[in-house]
Amino acid sequence: MEIPHAVKPRPDTGLYNAKLGIWLFLASEVMLFGGLFSAYILLRVSSDLWPHGMVSIPVGTFNTFVLIASSVTVVMSWASLKLGKLADFKKYMALTILCALGFLSVKSFEYYAKFTHYDVWFKDQATAQKYFTAAYGEKGEEAARKLFVERFHLQNTKATYDANQVQIAGHIEGNPLFATLKKLTSAKKDTIQFTPDAPSGTHEHPKAIEVKLSDVHRLSAYVPAHSTYFAIYFTITALHGLHVLGGAIVLTYFLLTSDKWWKKNPEQLANRVEVGGLFWHFVDLVWIFLFPIIYLL
Amino acid sequence: MQATTTTHPQAAHSHEEHHDPGFLRSYVFSTDHKVIGIQYGFTALVFLMFGFLLMICMRAQLAKPGEAIPIVGKLLESLLGDVAKGGVMSPDLYNAFGAMHGTIMVFLAIVPLAFAAFGNYVVPLQIGAVDMAFPRVNMASYQCFAVGGVIMFVSFFIPGGAAQAGWTSYSPLATIIPTQGQTFWIIGMVFLITSSLLGAVNFIATVIQLRAPGMTWMRMPFFVWVQFVTAFILLLAFPPLEAAGILQLVDKVFGSSFFLPTGLVISGKPYDISGGGSPLLWQHLFWFLGHPEVYVLILPAMGVVGEVVACNTRKPLWGYKSLVYSVLAVGFISFIVWAHHMYLTGMGTKISTFFQTTTMIISIPSVIILTCLFMSLWGGSIRFNTPMLFALAFLPMFGIGGLTGLPLGFNFSDLHLHDSYYVIAHFHYVVAPGTIFALFAGVYFWYPKMTGRYMSETLGKIHFWGSLIAMNLVFMPMFFQGLYGMSRRMSDGGATYALANPANEGVVTALTSTVIKLNVFVTHAAVLLLIAQVPFVINVFMSMFNGKKVENDNPWDATTLDWQTPTPPPHGNFTKEIVVYRGPYEYSVPGHPTDFSPQNMPDPKPAK
Amino acid sequence: MSHDHSHSHGPGEVCAHDHAHDDHSSPEAIQRTIKKYFMVGGVLFGGTVLTVAMYYIHIPSVAATIAIALLIASVKAAFVAGVFMHLSDERKMIYGILVCTVFFLVGLMGLTLWAMNDFPSFTIVDGKPA
Repeated sequence: MEIPHAVKPRPDTGLYNAKLGIWLFLASEVMLFGGLFSAYILLRVSSDLWPHGMVSIPVGTFNTFVLIASSVTVVMSWASLKLGKLADFKKYMALTILCALGFLSVKSFEYYAKFTHYDVWFKDQATAQKYFTAAYGEKGEEAARKLFVERFHLQNTKATYDANQVQIAGHIEGNPLFATLKKLTSAKKDTIQFTPDAPSGTHEHPKAIEVKLSDVHRLSAYVPAHSTYFAIYFTITALHGLHVLGGAIVLTYFLLTSDKWWKKNPEQLANRVEVGGLFWHFVDLVWIFLFPIIYLL
Repeated sequence: MQATTTTHPQAAHSHEEHHDPGFLRSYVFSTDHKVIGIQYGFTALVFLMFGFLLMICMRAQLAKPGEAIPIVGKLLESLLGDVAKGGVMSPDLYNAFGAMHGTIMVFLAIVPLAFAAFGNYVVPLQIGAVDMAFPRVNMASYQCFAVGGVIMFVSFFIPGGAAQAGWTSYSPLATIIPTQGQTFWIIGMVFLITSSLLGAVNFIATVIQLRAPGMTWMRMPFFVWVQFVTAFILLLAFPPLEAAGILQLVDKVFGSSFFLPTGLVISGKPYDISGGGSPLLWQHLFWFLGHPEVYVLILPAMGVVGEVVACNTRKPLWGYKSLVYSVLAVGFISFIVWAHHMYLTGMGTKISTFFQTTTMIISIPSVIILTCLFMSLWGGSIRFNTPMLFALAFLPMFGIGGLTGLPLGFNFSDLHLHDSYYVIAHFHYVVAPGTIFALFAGVYFWYPKMTGRYMSETLGKIHFWGSLIAMNLVFMPMFFQGLYGMSRRMSDGGATYALANPANEGVVTALTSTVIKLNVFVTHAAVLLLIAQVPFVINVFMSMFNGKKVENDNPWDATTLDWQTPTPPPHGNFTKEIVVYRGPYEYSVPGHPTDFSPQNMPDPKPAK
Repeated sequence: MSHDHSHSHGPGEVCAHDHAHDDHSSPEAIQRTIKKYFMVGGVLFGGTVLTVAMYYIHIPSVAATIAIALLIASVKAAFVAGVFMHLSDERKMIYGILVCTVFFLVGLMGLTLWAMNDFPSFTIVDGKPA
């Protein structure tokens, strides 16, 4: 039994089945990411302070270039098939998959950097003051304030600053992953060695300071539990990353079986690559919105 | 998918007979839409019974709060341990059963039965297609469904038991309950949503791409239209819930605060989270699916009723075009009514007026559909067989359900009725004696096509009358309980209300304790409803072997293409080329030799 | 590669009957579009550079920054969808599906935001109207 219009378009719609299918699937994907973007907008609009500049813009820009390049190569691989050039198809498809892997490895380094970067909230402002001076010297409070103001979009700068300026960012000695106050205290630690971030405008990290855990109100790596910003950052980029991974697996499969399909039915191979490509462009399209929203705004 | 074989169905068919695909390929990993339809149907019926039994346990608890549940109490204790100590349901267990009753009935019973089972079996046959557009995606859809079902079922037995925060799983409650039932719920839901999405893509592509020659849009049977619209609703409304589910999963597993506000205090202690989230966000994303889902539950039922009514009145459906356009209108508007579930969340007057207005507007096409179905009865020579009885009962029952929904759609009256037993009565009238009756009609109607044998009419009529009476006895009293303000979520059925204490009788109103005593009555009626299902279960299994054999491939003398196939239809469905010449419901056409003109029957040669 | 077009290197009339629905996948048409693909790739690179530059220039108004960034993103997205995904030359059916999707997406975002920002104007604080 053969399903009609699996390869040749149906005359009245002008579409073969899989092309209609992938567009329907993409419609549902639009609603999926639409739901997440709605959540982002809503949470951000109703927040008092929204972090900003917490992720590396050069890295994000690089990844954007990688995805754009992969979009060009994937459409070229389809065009090569249509022109009857199997070798060109293989070349472009391999490039596409390399781009996907490059994107994912850059992303995983970014994730790792976040999982080992910490914010520490002190019990009260007097305690915080003490540590700011230890970290940044005489003008400790000013330096910390400057860092803080740079890191957030403040809806009401003065009040929000007063309420929140008890935190310092940096790395814990030994670069532990996902440490929390609870984990550290249950590991019978009283103090941690903490290397604060460089003051704004410089790249020199201050010397490590000793932080008493009893002075700490909250301690969190840059993970979803850190703040709503990181929660939405990780959720959307991880879901997007899963799409990249899934797309890469499917495209790899097309590449590996291309000889067989080229002999059997070249038109169907081109159709499959077109459908896979449509998905790939959609993944690129999501990133086009994700990049400014997460990295720049 | 061989690309070079012939398209002639006859040849395709004989090609298939040359190799026997084996048991696993034919029944478990089948890509045939009919087998998948039956798999869906069977699984869904099992879950329907399971969800119903959960409710029977809850009803027993409501009737006699704090007492051991008769018969099954001991079993619950041995299966679930301390939560059912001594056969008495703990409030936690009651909550788990309540949440899972809703989840199972909606996502594992009615949707798979109405959309996936009947849709899979009937839609390709009715449009004259050889199969679905993507047979392997179809198989994957069922497998995702099965995995989701297993995850939901297993969650009863994990430490702490299944999800307890209601089928709506509102955060923060759903997130802060320390057991992992909710995690299982979300993961199960992700599988069920994936299954629905794969199914929806497949249905839409099939209807658009695989209609037989001559099957124009306005010649499609009404049932195909409703499945088409339902598929669109699932395709576009489910993803936001999937997004919400992912966010809640991250909240639950990674400790983020998407749905948890700043300053959340649990049992007097500040909850250790970053805060900054919004509980209302969950409700918006949930009800963005939740309300269209109601139409996913009801539209396929209307389609089944349309088919059964047209065939058993021996006349065309009244107002076919109005029906089609109304279904399309319902599909569209269903996306912009959702916040009428949220009047009590402190919405402003403008937005609440907006949703109130759209809610009233969507009742117009719904009423048109029901009216058309009623009008179709007029002047018909009605055959009162079991499928028709169920279809006929659907009409007034759905009418009651729909009309009692209007006071809930107005924000003023909703303030009083919200979260009371009135709401339970309202939506159960829509779904239980409404949708489920229509689905029973479908089972009795298409069973002869699936098996080649009729179901027993005697058992069918006992099933029908027993169910009709018991359903009304169960749900009608709940309207009264709800109007008196009885909350729908209490594990003791209101026994702790001060007014339930006989000492207070007469101080405020003597009626209150009467209202609570209705719990016992409803429980008895629910048991009666359970007993009324016994003939159905017997009928389904017995008729497979002893049912009366069908006389021919078209035992009901129906016009649609599903009856123009062999019985049961083989792989590839049709043994002859299908060309469609006429509309779907040409019954009793003057001048025709029979009182039905199948869609694939060419017009007779003009008389000399 | 479509077999129908193996002979269509000659005059265009040869395949005039299916030209209507296979326009963008004939070999000559593909040759022409390949140039377009690389140009669009260039536009996307340029757009990205522009967005990032805008960030470093630091426009004082947050609203303007957001508006400009989203505008550039939308233009980039339109190029990807229109050219790479061939949406500029697609079937009616697909336009229909996407229009429905956009309608519901706007409903989801718009109505949710509206609902969250419309509070009852009569709020009671400590038992007294505020």
